[in-house]
Order: sequence, then C-alpha cells, then structure tokens
Amino acid sequence: MLTEALTTSALLFVIGTFGVLVRRNAIIMFLCIELQLNAVNLALVAFSRYVGVEGQVFVFFVMTVAAAEAAVGLAIIISIFRHYRTVNVDNFNLLKW
Amino acid sequence: MTLAPFPSLLQEGAQPAAYEPVLPGLIVLLPLLGFLVNGVLAMRVGARAAAAVRAGADGAEHQDDGHKRWVTLVGPGVVGLSFVLVLLNFAGMFHADLHDPVVVSYWSWMVTGALEVDAALQLDQLSMIMMLVVTGVGFLIHVFSVGYMHDDPGYARYFSYLNLFVFFMLVLVLGASFPVMFVGWEGVGLCSYLLIGFWFQDREKADAGKKAFIVNRIGDFGFLVAMFLVFTTFGTLAFAEVFPEAPALLEYGGATVTAITLFFFLGAAGKSAQIPLYVWLPDAMAGPTPVSALIHAATMVTAGVYMVARMAVLFALAPVSSAVVATVGVLTALLAATIALAQYDIKKVLAYSTISQLGYMFLAVGVGAYYVGIFHLMTHAFFKALLFLGSGAVIHAMHHALHRTHSHADPQDMRNMGGLRASMPVTWITMWIATLAIAGVWPLAGFFSKDEIIWYAGLAASSSYPALFTVLWVLALATALLTAIYMTRLMVMTFHGANRTGREEARHLHEAPRVMTIPLVVLAVLSVVGGWVNVPEEVAASVLGLAGALPTSEWLHHWLEPITAGAAAIRYEHLGEPAHAAPFGGGEVLWAGLSTLAALALVLFTARAAARWKVVPAARAAAPTGFKSLLFNKWYVDEFYDRFVVQPVLAASRFSWRVIDAVLIDGAVNGLGLVTRAGGAFVSLFQTGQVNTYALVLTLGVLAILGFVVF
Repeated sequence: MLTEALTTSALLFVIGTFGVLVRRNAIIMFLCIELQLNAVNLALVAFSRYVGVEGQVFVFFVMTVAAAEAAVGLAIIISIFRHYRTVNVDNFNLLKW
Repeated sequence: MTLAPFPSLLQEGAQPAAYEPVLPGLIVLLPLLGFLVNGVLAMRVGARAAAAVRAGADGAEHQDDGHKRWVTLVGPGVVGLSFVLVLLNFAGMFHADLHDPVVVSYWSWMVTGALEVDAALQLDQLSMIMMLVVTGVGFLIHVFSVGYMHDDPGYARYFSYLNLFVFFMLVLVLGASFPVMFVGWEGVGLCSYLLIGFWFQDREKADAGKKAFIVNRIGDFGFLVAMFLVFTTFGTLAFAEVFPEAPALLEYGGATVTAITLFFFLGAAGKSAQIPLYVWLPDAMAGPTPVSALIHAATMVTAGVYMVARMAVLFALAPVSSAVVATVGVLTALLAATIALAQYDIKKVLAYSTISQLGYMFLAVGVGAYYVGIFHLMTHAFFKALLFLGSGAVIHAMHHALHRTHSHADPQDMRNMGGLRASMPVTWITMWIATLAIAGVWPLAGFFSKDEIIWYAGLAASSSYPALFTVLWVLALATALLTAIYMTRLMVMTFHGANRTGREEARHLHEAPRVMTIPLVVLAVLSVVGGWVNVPEEVAASVLGLAGALPTSEWLHHWLEPITAGAAAIRYEHLGEPAHAAPFGGGEVLWAGLSTLAALALVLFTARAAARWKVVPAARAAAPTGFKSLLFNKWYVDEFYDRFVVQPVLAASRFSWRVIDAVLIDGAVNGLGLVTRAGGAFVSLFQTGQVNTYALVLTLGVLAILGFVVF
C-alpha cells in the first residue's frame, strides 16, 4: 500500500516541478506549486500510518500555509496583471542587482 | 638669594625643625594660572584685531593697549609669587635636617598592570636649588620682558607662553618620577618651539622653531627608551624607589646600567645642546632675546645637567657612560668656543658660549662632581642671563635707532655697533661684570664654579681612564682661555672703539628703560656674589677665598650631599679615595690662581688687540677667508648634517611616499577594490531576475545534494 501511495506522490511532485519549470503563466505555475505541496501531503499521510500521528498534524500545517500562500500569491498576481495586463513571467525580470 | 643665611649663622644648639612643604602645588599652579589668564587675553586681542581687519581697518594701527596693564601685572606677578613661595620653602628646608626627599603625592595618574605612577612632586635639596633658579632668574627675565616686548602686538601671547614655560620647567624639576619629569621635559620643549617661532610670520624664524623641535625629538626618543629600560629593570618609575634600589639591582659597569644611562644622556644631549644634537640652539636665537635668556641659557637647556645630577646613582654605576658624558661635554665646550670666536651676530656668540658652558657642566657631572655641575648651572644662570638680557638691551637700542632712520642694517650684527658704552652705561658695566664672571676672573661667580669643574676633571685623571681624563683636563683649560677671548671680543666690538651705527642713528641710541636695567643690576650683583656659596675649603683659607672672610665654605656641596651621597659611596667603593692633586702636580689654590691670571691676561690682551682691529659695518664687510671662514661657517656642521642626515632622510621619506605609499599601499588598496568590483560584476550576470531560471537552479541544486546524499 505504501509503495503505491509514494509512487503517486512522486509522480505528482515531478509533474508539479516540471510545470513550475516549463510553464510561463503565473497562475499555472502557482497551481503547480500547489500540486507539489499536495504531493508532499500525500507522502506524509502515507507515512503516518506506519510512524505516528505527527505526519497528519504536519499536513494540517501545510494546508494552512498553502491557503495563506494562495491568498497572498493570488493577490500579487492580480495586481501584477492590473499593471502589466499579462501574467507571463518572462516579462517580469526587474528583481535583480 | 643664594646669600640667604649660611649654616654657621645658625644659632648653636638650635633644634632643627622638621621640614613641612609650604603649598608646593601652588608654586607649580601659579604660572599655569598666569598662562590661562594671559592666554584668554591674547585670544581676545587676536579676535578683536581680526575683526578690525575684516572691518577694513589696518589691524596694526588699531590695537588697543588696555589689556597690557593686566598682562604686565599677571605675567611677572605669578612667577614672583611662586618665587616667594619657593623662598618660604627654602627657609623651611634650610632650618630642617632633611635627609630623605619629601614626596607630595596628589593623585594616582596611571595604573595599568604593574605600572603605577602618581602625580607627585618631590621636594629635596636639588629641586630646591633648581626652583630658586627657575623662579628667581625667571622672575627677573619676566620683568625685563615688560620693557623689551612692550610695543609688540603679541604682548599677551608672549607672556602666556613664558608663564607656561615656567610651569612646565617647575614640573620638570619637581617631578617625583620619570613620567612626571618627562611631562615637564616635553612641555618645555613645546614652549621653546612656540617662543622660538614667536614671530612666525618670518619663515626663517618659524623654521628655527621646527628645527629645535625635531632635533629634540631625537633626544626624547633616548629618554623614552631609557625610561622603558628602567621600568623593565626596576618595575617602578618613582625616583624614591629606583635610586635606593639601584646599587643592589644593577651590576657596576654592567650592560643594563650603561645602556640606561647612555640613552638618558642622548635625551640630555638633545635638550642641553651637546654634540651631536647642539645645532638647534644657535638657530633658537630667532626668538625674542629674553626668551633666549630664560629658556636657551638659564633654565631649559640646563635640564640635561639636572637630569644627570638627579640620576647621579645610575651614572656613578656606569663608568663608561660617565666617561662618555665628560668627553662629549669637553668636545662640545671646545667646538662651540672656537665657533664663538668668529661669529658677528651678538646673540650667536652668546648661544655658542652657552653651548660651551653647558659642555663644562657635563664635564663636571661626567667626572662625578655632581654638585659642581649644579653649582656651575646656577652661576651660569646668573651671568648668562645677564649677558643675554644685556644683549637684549643693546638690540633694543639698536633697533630703535635704526628704526628712526629707516635703516635696514642688522641690529644684532656687532660690526654695526661699536662705542655703545657712551649711550648705555648701565648695560656696559653690568655686561663687563658678566664677561669677567664667565671668563673666570677672581672673585666673580664663574671663577669658583668653572675652576671647580677643571679641578675635578684633573682629579679624575688619577682614577679611571687616566689618559682620557688628562686630555679632557687640558682641553677644558684651553676652552677656559678661549672663553676669555671670545667674550672680550664681543664686549670690545659692541661697546668700545668708534661708533659704526652711522651718525644720524647714533643720536637716537639710548639706555634701556629702568624696568630693563634693574634686572640687569640684580643679576650683576648675583654674578659677583653667586660663587661664594661654594668656595672650596682649600681656597677659602687662602687669599683667593677673600682670606677667610666668607662665613662658609663648600655650602652647596654640603647642601646637596643627601642627593649625591649614594653616588659618592658607589664611586668610593669602586674607584677608591679621590686624588688630591692635578695631573701635573699642584694644588687647587695654585691652579685656581694660574687660571684666573691667565683669564685676566687674555682679557686685557684681547681688549688691546681688538682696539686696533679695523671693523667695517656688515654691509661693506668682505666674507671671512681661510681658517676664519671655517669658524664663521661653524665648521660646516650644519651643511654636513644636511648632506648626510637631512637629505638621506628626505630621500627615504620621498621613497616612502612615492614608491611605498603611492605605489605599493595605494596599489594594494585600490587593487583590492578593483578585484571586488570585477568579481561582483561577474557574479551579477547570474542574477537574471527570471523566476524560472531561479527555480531551475534551485531544483538542480536540490537534485545535486540529494544525489550526493543518496549515492
């Protein structure tokens, strides 16, 4: 049972990572990050069956942070969109030296 | 003042009272107070003059003289009060039977690790004599300055510096430890610099001040090194602890004590203008003449002699150093006396004469006659201060006369003088007294002190280094004769013969005001009687000692015995009983009689010879030729130093600046900056601002670490 769960988790994480690296749409990248988080959640829950309840407690933390992050991240994306009329991250490279 | 009651006048059987210092701190603080008051006045005057110039007025025309009354009152007043306090203390110590020095400690000055230094003053017989000279002669010179400097716009500034000098000089002679003495030592050097360059608008005079300061730094380096050596050897720097312990801690003639004393002597040679560091003193004549009298004749330059006498125990333990001191002293005395023979500037003659007499003092302390060095220091303070003040009166008169006719002739050049005795009788007579005193003519002050020095130099020939001391003794005798010649030459060229100032100028020559002549008269009296405080026993009984008319003999010797007893014991232990005859036989009376006859004969001979000289005023005079030019140009020592010391140092400094500083250090610093900036520019290329790039690098990094951990 653990093998299947971890395999699924790994697949989801790789898909998420791949999406973050390849896609240029900020919303899609954002969703991919969520996918990565949830892949980790899945792994934590799977392990908690064998190790203890701490894994599930951790999942709640991750979900809380993810919710907060989603709120802030989406707000930023919206204000960026209002300014530039696009959410293509290739256009945003001001944050350097 | 030294004629104060002699021991034999004490009532028989009177119980000696314990000595209680009378306000010793106030003696030191009064001149400092004078410095502050005069300094504030000087700053206000300066500010007002500057405001007047800014307002469009000519600053020199609009100086107000209201403050000068206060300066006249405060400047000499504080030194006079100090002198009164010193006299009170002297009276107290005189009637007391004081063996150990009285140390008055005020506060703990430095406490670091093993080093503890108190701000403390030491009152004993030696510092008492020095205080009497510093405040007594100092007071007379302050009074003289009132007349000499009265028309100078820097009147208040002058007196503030002079008061500050007296303060530091008192700290020097009263300090109870090496560091406190060093504070005074540096302070008088500072005041000397300030007063030499007093007329700093004149580039040459400002340079003379700098020269004095820089040459003195070399000596101060010696003082510091010696002080460090004392501390590592003794673990303390207080006089009262170092000197009693010295005979036990230091090996007689050992390397440590020789090094300590030689380094101290380097300091003394700088401050007291001895070979090889004497070159600053002739240039120091750029300062006002009373300054030359006070600092560069009577007090500051004798600090080196005082130091050697103070450290008599250490020098007695180091026979090699003592021999060096004596040799350097005699050579300096001889060299300076030869130069003085050919100078035309009246103050330059006196400056070289001072160097020469200081050489005598070092001969005295070098042969172990420490009290004789102090004795000559005292008598020299009287007659040399008198000579300088007299020359000041002459320059004052010459300056006014030349000023009247707008002549540009040098008021200090003796070739422009001649026949001044008619218009300046008081100066003429008092300066003759000083001249006879310095030449060693009986019964004036210089006769007793100089004779004593030569006598002890002769005695030293039979203890250690007989050949060396015999030579020194002969040279000292020869120098005594040169002294008579150059001083008579000065007097004849200045006061006798035909007047060379010019007819119009001669009408304006006049005697100095009374405020200037009274100090001259007082010093003349002291130059006559000053020697009587220490008439040797043998001489006192003979005709030369006024046939026993004096109430005491060797008073100063006995007075200073508590100071010199330690050194005398060491010398007695290692050198044995001192001799009682000069190298070629003869007793003290015989040699004293011979030398005074020789001095008198030379004075008369030089006076007769000089009367026939054809002296032409400086403007028309030809440059000296032959041997005379060698002497006139001071043996080219300044040129030698310039070529072999100053220029190499300048070249090394230029190398340090152009190569080491500008190329190496600046190159290293700027190079480091360049490397940092280039590195930053290169690394910033990776900072694209593209979030995907960052994410990619992050992922690759995680993968790399993961791969490293797993495999």
